[in-house]
Amino acid sequence: MLRRSNGKGWNGRSRVFILLIVATVYLVGIFVWGITMNPVKYGVNYSEKLVSPCIKHLFGTDFMGRDMFYRSIKGLSNSIRIGLIASVISSIVALILGIVAAIWGGWIDKVINWCVDLCMGLPHLVLLILISFMMGKGVRGITVAVALTHWPSLTRIVRAEVMQVRNSQYVQAAYKMGKTKVQVAVTHILPHVLPAYLIGLVLLFPHAIMHESAVTFLGFGLPAEMPAIGVILAESMNYIVTGKWWLAFFPGILLLMAVLLFDGIGESLKKLWNPGSGNE
Amino acid sequence: MQLKAENVSFQYGENMPWILKDINFAVESGERVGIIGPSGYGKSTLSKIMAGYYKPTSGKITLDGESLPQKGFCPVQMIFQHPELSVNPRWKMEKILNECWKVDEDTKHAFGIEKDWMGRWPNELSGGELQRFCIARVLSPETKFLICDEITTMLDVITQAQIWKVLLEVSDKSNLGMLVVTHNMALAEKVCTRMIDITKWNK
Repeated sequence: MLRRSNGKGWNGRSRVFILLIVATVYLVGIFVWGITMNPVKYGVNYSEKLVSPCIKHLFGTDFMGRDMFYRSIKGLSNSIRIGLIASVISSIVALILGIVAAIWGGWIDKVINWCVDLCMGLPHLVLLILISFMMGKGVRGITVAVALTHWPSLTRIVRAEVMQVRNSQYVQAAYKMGKTKVQVAVTHILPHVLPAYLIGLVLLFPHAIMHESAVTFLGFGLPAEMPAIGVILAESMNYIVTGKWWLAFFPGILLLMAVLLFDGIGESLKKLWNPGSGNE
Repeated sequence: MQLKAENVSFQYGENMPWILKDINFAVESGERVGIIGPSGYGKSTLSKIMAGYYKPTSGKITLDGESLPQKGFCPVQMIFQHPELSVNPRWKMEKILNECWKVDEDTKHAFGIEKDWMGRWPNELSGGELQRFCIARVLSPETKFLICDEITTMLDVITQAQIWKVLLEVSDKSNLGMLVVTHNMALAEKVCTRMIDITKWNK
């Protein structure tokens, strides 16, 4: 189990730490850069419409002459913010409901399962549009809508995970040692569910961004002047057949990198917390 | 104190065979009762019932005339056959050891628990080392009865002797009552003050 270090380079723990730090710095960097960016950088400039990538415009410009590099960074930053808030809220709801359903059981379990079935039975997009519209569209509407519609499937996963450990000997023994259900849930069950939860969170994030762009595309989400990866990709579809590949390519790559790095963060945390690999 | 089984019967499901039928016996404080018998006679089931993990289908378990507490610390504690199943694999040993009470230095020393084991995870210790943690963590001052279900079966003879020596000292000192379930006749004769052959109850 304890693999010996080969003497060269870093051990597994430091490699994982470095990956974790690089990924976090990249994501936080884009996020902060986007928030503090001057809107003039991606302003309209009709004298430079649809310029292909060059030194001045790294990612080219779009049909209104907006610089795609700055617009993509700003857009990704907006998307990360919405995706992150929505998926964190959603996954915390899922975590709490899943654990509560599995530990307390009985009628609580039944009610939570009904809610899950109800939410899964309705088409996602309809619910998203309704909630977003009710909350007055915009960033707030879309965030609340995505947060409120993405918990059911993760709730099921968490519930199933808890079911596996709740009857184990050490949980039973903990009850006999005078621990309450809440104590057992927090100290014994939570560490077990965390890996599944983290993966769920990471998978929710791109999902949230996609839904955000879908609702925006339909006109119930973000305003058109606000750059977001979803808006940019939707717009670029009109131009891709005419050979303006850079409009979709670079923002797409940026989104892909963000999602992969999120995945990397999830994996690294999992490795550090897992008894099988944490001390390597 | 007295831990008593009154007319205890048990079956795992409604139409399943009876594992135990109308069992009456008692363990006094300071007594070590051995339960011996071949596999499949309900020794482990009986110990789980006595420790309150299972509810008997009929009859009851009493501690000084009162039924076992459902909430809070149970004065009857059980040690299991498989230590690797009775510790949380995601906890470090220090947390596991002190889950029940703050284990004092004397107890740690007596069981030969070493300092550098504290920062490890359970999968980095052997079964025998883990079992010492499992025993030490339930020996709190509030524990009055110990149910030991084959607790040293998987250990080598020297480790068995070490663990039992400490356990006997502790139980004499704090006047614990013990229920010792084992296959090993020689061990039972050595540690128990009284023996019950489970085959006499269940035919």
